[in-house]
Amino acid sequence: MEFAELIKTPRVDNVVLHRPFYPAVEGTLCLTGHHLILSSRQDNTEELWLLHSNIDAIDKRFVGPLGTIIIKCKDFRIIQLDIPGMEECLNIASSIEALSTLDSITLMYPFFYRPMFDVIEDGWHSFLPEQEFELYSSATSEWRLSYVNKEFAVCPSYPPIVIVPRAIDDEALRKVAAFRHGGRFPVLSYYHKKNGMVIMRSGQPLTGTNGRRCKEDEKLINATLRAGKRGYIIDTRPLNVAQQARAKGGGFEQEAHYPQWRRIHKSIERYHILQESLVKLVEACNDQTHNMDRWLSKLEASNWLTHIKEILTTACLVAQCLDREGASILIHGTEGTDSTLQVTSLAQIILEPRSRTIRGFEALIEREWLQAGHPFQQRCAQSAYCNSRQKWESPVFLLFLDCVWQILRQFPCSFEFNENFLIMLFEHAYASQFGTFLGNNESERCKLKLQQKTMSLWSWVNRPSELSKFTNPLFEANNLVIWPSVAPQSLQLWEGIFLRWNRSSRYLDEAYEEMVNIIEYNRALQAKVNILRRQLAELETEDGMQQSP
Amino acid sequence: MEHIRTTKVEQVKLLDRFSSSNKALTGTLYLTATHLLFIDFHQKETWILHHHIASVEKLALTTSGCPLVIQCKNFRTVHFIVPRERDCHDIYNSLLQLSKQAKYEDLYAFSYNPKQNDSERLRGWQLIDLAEEYQRMGVPNSNWQLSDANRDYKICETYPKELYVPRIASKPIIVGSSKFRSKGRFPVLSYYHQSKEAAICRCSQPLSGFSARCLEDEHLLQAISKANPANHYMYVVDTRPRLNAMANRAAGKGYENEDNYSNIRFQFVGIENIHVMRSSLQRLLEVSGSRGLSVGDLYSGLQSSGWLRHVQAVLGAAVVLAKAVTTESASVLVHCSDGWDRTSQVCSLGSLLLDPYYRTVRGFMVLIEKDWISFGHKFSERCGHLDGDPKEVSPVFTQFLECVWHLTEQFPQAFEFNEAFLLQIHEHIHSCQFGNFIGNCQKEREELKLKEKTYSLWPFLLEDRVKYLNPLYQPQAQEFAVLEPNTVSFNFKFWRNMYHQFDRTLHPRQSVFNIIANMNEQNKQLENDIKDLESKATNE
Repeated sequence: MEFAELIKTPRVDNVVLHRPFYPAVEGTLCLTGHHLILSSRQDNTEELWLLHSNIDAIDKRFVGPLGTIIIKCKDFRIIQLDIPGMEECLNIASSIEALSTLDSITLMYPFFYRPMFDVIEDGWHSFLPEQEFELYSSATSEWRLSYVNKEFAVCPSYPPIVIVPRAIDDEALRKVAAFRHGGRFPVLSYYHKKNGMVIMRSGQPLTGTNGRRCKEDEKLINATLRAGKRGYIIDTRPLNVAQQARAKGGGFEQEAHYPQWRRIHKSIERYHILQESLVKLVEACNDQTHNMDRWLSKLEASNWLTHIKEILTTACLVAQCLDREGASILIHGTEGTDSTLQVTSLAQIILEPRSRTIRGFEALIEREWLQAGHPFQQRCAQSAYCNSRQKWESPVFLLFLDCVWQILRQFPCSFEFNENFLIMLFEHAYASQFGTFLGNNESERCKLKLQQKTMSLWSWVNRPSELSKFTNPLFEANNLVIWPSVAPQSLQLWEGIFLRWNRSSRYLDEAYEEMVNIIEYNRALQAKVNILRRQLAELETEDGMQQSP
Repeated sequence: MEHIRTTKVEQVKLLDRFSSSNKALTGTLYLTATHLLFIDFHQKETWILHHHIASVEKLALTTSGCPLVIQCKNFRTVHFIVPRERDCHDIYNSLLQLSKQAKYEDLYAFSYNPKQNDSERLRGWQLIDLAEEYQRMGVPNSNWQLSDANRDYKICETYPKELYVPRIASKPIIVGSSKFRSKGRFPVLSYYHQSKEAAICRCSQPLSGFSARCLEDEHLLQAISKANPANHYMYVVDTRPRLNAMANRAAGKGYENEDNYSNIRFQFVGIENIHVMRSSLQRLLEVSGSRGLSVGDLYSGLQSSGWLRHVQAVLGAAVVLAKAVTTESASVLVHCSDGWDRTSQVCSLGSLLLDPYYRTVRGFMVLIEKDWISFGHKFSERCGHLDGDPKEVSPVFTQFLECVWHLTEQFPQAFEFNEAFLLQIHEHIHSCQFGNFIGNCQKEREELKLKEKTYSLWPFLLEDRVKYLNPLYQPQAQEFAVLEPNTVSFNFKFWRNMYHQFDRTLHPRQSVFNIIANMNEQNKQLENDIKDLESKATNE
């Protein structure tokens, strides 16, 4: 298919662009295969450069011959284009609609994007599973790499390489896979070096209504327990939901068959409930005319912060069991690709200082989200404005980022990255020139040959010039476990995301810059004092040498 | 001391009201003449001033002892468990007596001795000089003059002696107007904007009833408009909801009839009265203080209490004032009923938006002295300093501080002071440790001889100035000349650091503010070090 077929009118003059906090500009609108571009007439500078894939929904209106297109983006921004001429307006609107909903992944921008920067380090090879495993293998020999899923035959949503107990062979893994939802047998998610306890994750066991068992499954899980120790199974679903799952062939671990494990049910919402929550929240934030009562009741009714609290509470519980009680943990919900990953990754943020560094956080996303098979393509297909409401669309990843932001607010010196880093990840998960978040799992990414055909987000982010924008100047590495408060009074609306386009952040940005200046000035002064001290000391020793006979 | 039966109780437990693990600290409880003191087994001391105690409650006996819950005016809540009921009862009774004083002379300020001599004490009281402040604003001038009409508090007991009025307003006009205003609080100058030549004036409601007029009052308002050469009309802002103001007419009070006054533009801004504010905050604190609170509970409590709506209304009214002055160069007259609660809030916040001076440490003290203390905000009644009518208690000043806090959140670089400064001032309006906030008006303060018998708070705050400085402050920035806050609802947040200031577990564990403040101080030290080192190096 040629994009040209979809672009009925590639160029319209005298278009007026309205954006929040900017004066309206008039210019020429151009449509390309992947971008909507508006250049102002005066000096031909680009005023707007928008990826079609960032467009969530469009509305059109006509007043006489003047057409208006309202573009609602996946990053929640809303812009307006006034286009003279009804035909042009209709053409542009239908082209945008077609181009922003291309159904073939290989037509997406990452397959056409040619980077304008030198690749210093290829991000596709930055976080190889073997290297990640080396971080553990120095501390323990109880775990091994398994290549049982090399061809994606055992579990289509797992990567080719996973970490499993050394005592369990690949044959047993195949049997366990048959007993777990989506073939997602329990694998290592995190190894707590301090006490050797672990977090594992999996899909739900397929016990069904007649309580099917799997000896290999029991053996695998028990293999992770030290003698005399007990573990916890955290089911992210409420008990009644887990019970209902049995009718569909799913289920949960029966105490009788897993006597050394204590099961705890939590209730983390999934799917359309989260999507509706996001839609309500964004709607509330976008309406500046709400009086206080309406704003507060809409904010409450969105339930967004309730989800945040629930997820963070579960992550804290996991971290507590691991660090304080010295118990190992298995986490799953139904598929083990959504709430499970929120919990395993947040528990690591709490427990593991490395995951609070930029590279460590990237590795965490690579390991616990991309490799672990969170279906980004499905979950991030649409955002808060689209009416399609497909069951698989859900802001699971955004909720995770919001939870990280909440912890970052409470421990502003414990993270190497800043809020902008989280916002950038949110944007790229929904629309990007990079291939990193394309596809739903490793298997799909391999088939798409993303490594050969697209650029990795990490190749761009990890260049010093980009990193500086995402670095938290307050960061001081510490090796502590950080326990966030999950009290409602401690949780806040993430204004950097949800109010980003609804109010000017100029004064807050300037204050942030001033803070950076003070810190940088402090470093410069310290360095200068050190140099002067050294010079002085040298002068003194020279003096001493001259004076000595 | 006659109220204290038991001075020391051992093995008392202090519970954390938010910790889920029911952890308790064991220690010893002491009762002194001024404080309740708890020393836990880590030797950490918790001091609670008797004057800070808002309520004491003895709960039903439990197996571990007798629970005693103390709520403080600075929003501290402590939950003790006293092993023996007898001891608990004694402490309970003592605290009931000690926390409610019948006479001003029994307040802490009259016995507090910071070891200053009389001249230091006097200098402390002279630190903030309102005459100097009016001079700074640019009055007296050709349009405004100092009036001696209230020299002996004759025409208005609750006003200060020194009042600024339009030069063309004669004494009979002033006297006539004061008779037509509730409590004699006639229109006077609160803030003068020098470059716009516009004024913010304040008064109480007119005694207009359904049809009464007062020519002197009409003249006085006209004199205020005429004192502004830039603009011939003026705004009259009634800070009450329209319905309340209309109801007041039946009692012979009310609001200005636009037909009777030439060139006024009258408007209501709908701020609720002190009773609504009192129960609003009470409701909010009940919700936010409950255990096992859900997100939904907190937000529905925020909504049903109406607190943030009230804060928004107060700040919104201040924005109306600032806009009238800056965009129209118009003068504004503000009143509510008596003109000492809502009027103080709105006039002081309006001035704060207009004048960067009030956003400095010293300027903020001046602002409080001017619009709150001197103009007769009834601190002793509103804060319940003495055992009195609970219906007179209301968090009007707390609400003002919250509005200021919201501004500091929106304009992090526009204020010389920080949040700790606001919290410290709030601490002391209730502490009765200093004389500034004791009494309800200047006349009463003079009668109490506060300047001879007590100390002023301000020099003590200035001594600790470094603690209250905002490291990000940009005093010269032109963009902060006039603040134009965004008052869309989503800008208003629950002020956790005020209402949960003692609930440490709810707060961020690392403070960006402290780090930057320390770094800023360290930078000054390093600059000096570099100078020293460089001069040493050149001398070598």
